[in-house]
Amino acid sequence: MKISPLEITSHKNYLNRRKFIKSSIAAGLVLGSSKSIHANHMSDKNLYADQLDEKDNLNSYEDITTYNNFYEFGMGKTDPSENSGNFKPKPWSISIEGLVNSPQIIDLENLLKTVSIEDRVYRLRCVEAWSMVIPWQGFSLSELIKIADPLSSAKFIQFETVFRPDEMPGQKRRLLVWPYVEGLRIDEAMHPLTILSTGMYGHDLLNQSGAPLRLVVPWKYGFKSIKSISSIRFVDKQPDATWSMMAPNEYGFYSNVNNLVDHPRWSQGTERRIGEFKRRKTLPFNGYAEEVSYLYKGMDLRKYY
Amino acid sequence: MISTQSFRKIKPIIFLVIIAPSFIWSYQLIVGNLGVNPIEKLMDSLGEMALRLIVLTLLISSLNEFKKFRFLIEIRRMIGLFAFFYVSCHFLTYIALDHFFDMNFIIKDIIKRPFITFGFISFVFLIPLAITSPKIILKKIGFKVWKKIHYLIYPAAVLSSVHFYMLVRANKTEPAIYIFLILLLLLYRLYFKIILPQLAR
Repeated sequence: MKISPLEITSHKNYLNRRKFIKSSIAAGLVLGSSKSIHANHMSDKNLYADQLDEKDNLNSYEDITTYNNFYEFGMGKTDPSENSGNFKPKPWSISIEGLVNSPQIIDLENLLKTVSIEDRVYRLRCVEAWSMVIPWQGFSLSELIKIADPLSSAKFIQFETVFRPDEMPGQKRRLLVWPYVEGLRIDEAMHPLTILSTGMYGHDLLNQSGAPLRLVVPWKYGFKSIKSISSIRFVDKQPDATWSMMAPNEYGFYSNVNNLVDHPRWSQGTERRIGEFKRRKTLPFNGYAEEVSYLYKGMDLRKYY
Repeated sequence: MISTQSFRKIKPIIFLVIIAPSFIWSYQLIVGNLGVNPIEKLMDSLGEMALRLIVLTLLISSLNEFKKFRFLIEIRRMIGLFAFFYVSCHFLTYIALDHFFDMNFIIKDIIKRPFITFGFISFVFLIPLAITSPKIILKKIGFKVWKKIHYLIYPAAVLSSVHFYMLVRANKTEPAIYIFLILLLLLYRLYFKIILPQLAR
């Protein structure tokens, strides 16, 4: 089979590739004949139709990969796609540390041989009140947690983004405190909706999207879904998270999408779905309340925002 | 030294340069060339343009103390009116495109969110300046009253730069530069208008 120039990154060792080819064949699509990335991803949309909620439409590959918040590459929305060319997502390893039975440094390629990559179409709701619908490929974070084999004292996980100022120009300035860190409670991390993503639209993640490995927690604001993860640390206390350290009154540790709790500076009641004109009403837990609300039973979500 | 008369000749060019972005952005909005989130982009561009023009009018006022730069006063009114034009477009975009005339929400938003409150007050302050800008009105109300009204540009400028400062999430360098410039120009004016005359006494 001929592979078209849509191969922005080489995929030969990555499962995303195989998964995508498999599903393309299954869907009866002719891969390699499309002329542009855009055209190709228009036809891809059919692949994910069965995972799409009724009222949602997939955002285009182009939109998803050119409108990013990834301050490691600059603060503007187009900075990440423009300034991430020097970032090297391969080879990659993840350090698993803290309260675990098997602390280790895992090579990503080896890890990907042991986990199962799935398609997950999720809404992504940014704390800035815009949203997208994205077809991710990735594996359940719980699979990695099982490999790590945490001690019973491990109650939280802290994730850390790689620190490479030479490849990430935004890290040369103190836009945020580097490296970026984020955290989840263990039960949130174990939840079946929580994934570590390695791909999107059947491609390896582009650098601007958090290559080669990023978290996706669809019921939380986008900034919780930390990108380019280099270490995963199991801890017993609620860990620091970059934005909530920076402005604790604006960004809480939990940061569940909540239409009833406004950001101090703007309403979270509505959102602009990228590609749509009229605002949509924001849904509790970004529309995943049925699946996740039990995690927060009895918690005052105004206090734990 | 540039004379006022020769400067007057290039005034139409300056007019075109300043009005051009509004046409370019409108065109880009219509053809879908304003990026992935066009409404946000349009609103940000209009707001920043307005802020730049406000700083420019303040700068012209300050430079007017120097004979060398006095020709610039020729375009101050035009730039001030353009600032009002861009602020109005910015505000209209917020109402019509961002919130689609949901006045119930918009009124609450203006009251509840300090950064929007500041932006709105700044806009309101600029209205009397725009209304009193024609020369006929200046003659009617007299220069003294006119001048008093036009001091509103200073609180309007401070509020609009704070409005910008508050909406930025991280690295507030750029809005901080605007605040710094505006305060600098304000202090400079105070020095010339209040302190210097007292020293001369």
